[in-house]
Amino acid sequence: MLKLALEKANDLFAAIAAEETLYLPIEKSGQIDFYPYETDAKVRLDALHTVKSAKDLFFPQSENLMEFKMQGKTIEIKEPKRAEEDYVIFGVKACDARSFAILDRVFLSDPVDTYYQSRREHGVVVALACSRPEETCFCNVFGIDATEPEGDVVTWIEDGILYWEAKTEKGEALTTKVAALMEESDGAGVESQKTQVQAIMEKLPLRGLDLTRFKKDELMNIFNDQAWEQLSDHCLGCGTCTFVCPTCQCYDIRDYDTGNGIQRYRCWDSCMYRDFTMMAHGNNRKSQVERFRQRFMHKLVYYPNNNEGIFSCVGCGRCVSKCPISMNIAKVIKTLGVKAHE
Amino acid sequence: MREINEMLQNKVKELLDNGTVDRVIGWEAGDFCYDMAPAMFTKDNVDELLYNGFCGANQSKYLISESQKEGKVLTLLKPCDTYSFNQLLKEHRFDREKVYALGIPCAGMLDVEKMKELGITGILGISEEGDTIKVKTLYGEKECKKADVLLERCKVCKGNEHKAYDELLIPAEEAPEVPGGADRFDLVEKLEAMSEAERFDFWRGELSKCIRCNACRNVCPACSCRTCVFDNANSGVAAKANVDSFEENMFHIIRAFHVAGRCTDCGECSRVCPQQIPLHLLNRKFIKDIDEFYGEFQAGEDLETAGPLTAYTQEDCEPGIVMEKGGGM
Repeated sequence: MLKLALEKANDLFAAIAAEETLYLPIEKSGQIDFYPYETDAKVRLDALHTVKSAKDLFFPQSENLMEFKMQGKTIEIKEPKRAEEDYVIFGVKACDARSFAILDRVFLSDPVDTYYQSRREHGVVVALACSRPEETCFCNVFGIDATEPEGDVVTWIEDGILYWEAKTEKGEALTTKVAALMEESDGAGVESQKTQVQAIMEKLPLRGLDLTRFKKDELMNIFNDQAWEQLSDHCLGCGTCTFVCPTCQCYDIRDYDTGNGIQRYRCWDSCMYRDFTMMAHGNNRKSQVERFRQRFMHKLVYYPNNNEGIFSCVGCGRCVSKCPISMNIAKVIKTLGVKAHE
Repeated sequence: MREINEMLQNKVKELLDNGTVDRVIGWEAGDFCYDMAPAMFTKDNVDELLYNGFCGANQSKYLISESQKEGKVLTLLKPCDTYSFNQLLKEHRFDREKVYALGIPCAGMLDVEKMKELGITGILGISEEGDTIKVKTLYGEKECKKADVLLERCKVCKGNEHKAYDELLIPAEEAPEVPGGADRFDLVEKLEAMSEAERFDFWRGELSKCIRCNACRNVCPACSCRTCVFDNANSGVAAKANVDSFEENMFHIIRAFHVAGRCTDCGECSRVCPQQIPLHLLNRKFIKDIDEFYGEFQAGEDLETAGPLTAYTQEDCEPGIVMEKGGGM
């Protein structure tokens, strides 16, 4: 393990940014999101979360897939370049880091999404362990250790020191480039932080969410549960929960008429929106209760059914703190989870 | 607040028991001490109805869908909610016959986001003691001043008078003091005083955070179109895509134009924004301009006054005056 005084973190960022694009939690206009590093950027490693999750760096909210240019009777088809250069995402928390594995199962299974794949191949994840979980956190419910995130490099910040440990080949390669800035450490600070944070995790109000009912053989019972009506009754049908979610992966593909051609782009879609999966037959989900149910069935039943029981939620708590009406997956789990085998 | 909650429970039970209403839109407790959620109550679950300092949300818009259902619904209106209630009624958006309005007192609502901004995180419990808020957190006991963590709309409170009701929970003369005191146009004036370039940078910075979740639109009581222009697949815009910066700017500006003269300044748009974009400032700029050009007007104050942008008088100012005054914000 290596270490660096936190006050010299800017040197580290500058060194990485000199070679590759470095994305960090940066505050702009009062809110924190992942932005490329600049010397005067307001880096906020102390924050629990960025508003949008780190998935944006692999699966951006909007991206062009193809361009068609018309000239007379010919149509020229242009495909945008895939990511070709390595880039670094620094400060990914354990919950967001786990979300990549969930997204991989969607985008990297056949047929492989080459836009996503090229970013995954070139993106180096430098994770940052949680030092200050909040009441909205429940990553432990999904077997995630907030103090030991997954990443190419894992870092910890404790008592003014940044600890750095490479975990993969990609991580080793990055470490080689910046090792001169750091010195060897026995990681004693890391161990004491882990103990402290794990003690806090034991006090989190949502730590005991019970997922035992969410199994394959309960699918129809959960689907037909009367509780969906009441749970979705006041849902505004906005897309906040889906757009701040690190595991929501649905997108729409649309054509934009540029006047002399077409830009074909994809953008995140939300199952909460009423035009979600709208097709010519017109029979998409007609009511908010159906749309609402879809979101949670997908995360808690359909996805795990297709993926060896892995839930499509990482307990980051963004939806918990951001929903305008305070409805969220924790409430859904509590309400539907208790009705085991009724 | 505990006393008020008890009075409210008793009153609601009475209205359910004597058949005045069939159901109630109110608030229920959530997972934490601050995440009060809208909920429907009947005789069976009315004991779970809870009213406390975190019931800031404006529930008036639910009346549109509620009044389309069978039976009569009880709505609980804080003084500021009555403006949206009136405005929706004025626009014939709900059936007054199917709604019973109980005016409930308010002494200012709290904003947990403001507490978090003060560094109070890991919140487990909150209690109000006079002007002080005491917070129990995962990291020990914390304290802050109530005035520092009020919802934006409470800082510029419209007053403790209900502008619409069938019944008041407590007599008007006993209504609690409201916080308020701040001038709602302070920030608008600051923006007006900026150079064009500074102002452009300010709004670019704010609006480029937009994630197109549409929460502002969906929560807005003035946004009551059955199908929004941005949801029209043939319009050429996608309401869910942040394709380019131009579109995010235009979405919010077009929305502000559409609600101009009808916006009651309830502040829900800014409350629900996951990126905390101060959308209410766009609306307040319109309100300020309307006040200056057509005389003071508060949307939703009553059911009779014609809206300044919907009524023509010969004294109406000419567009040229708008330009002379410096145009937009």
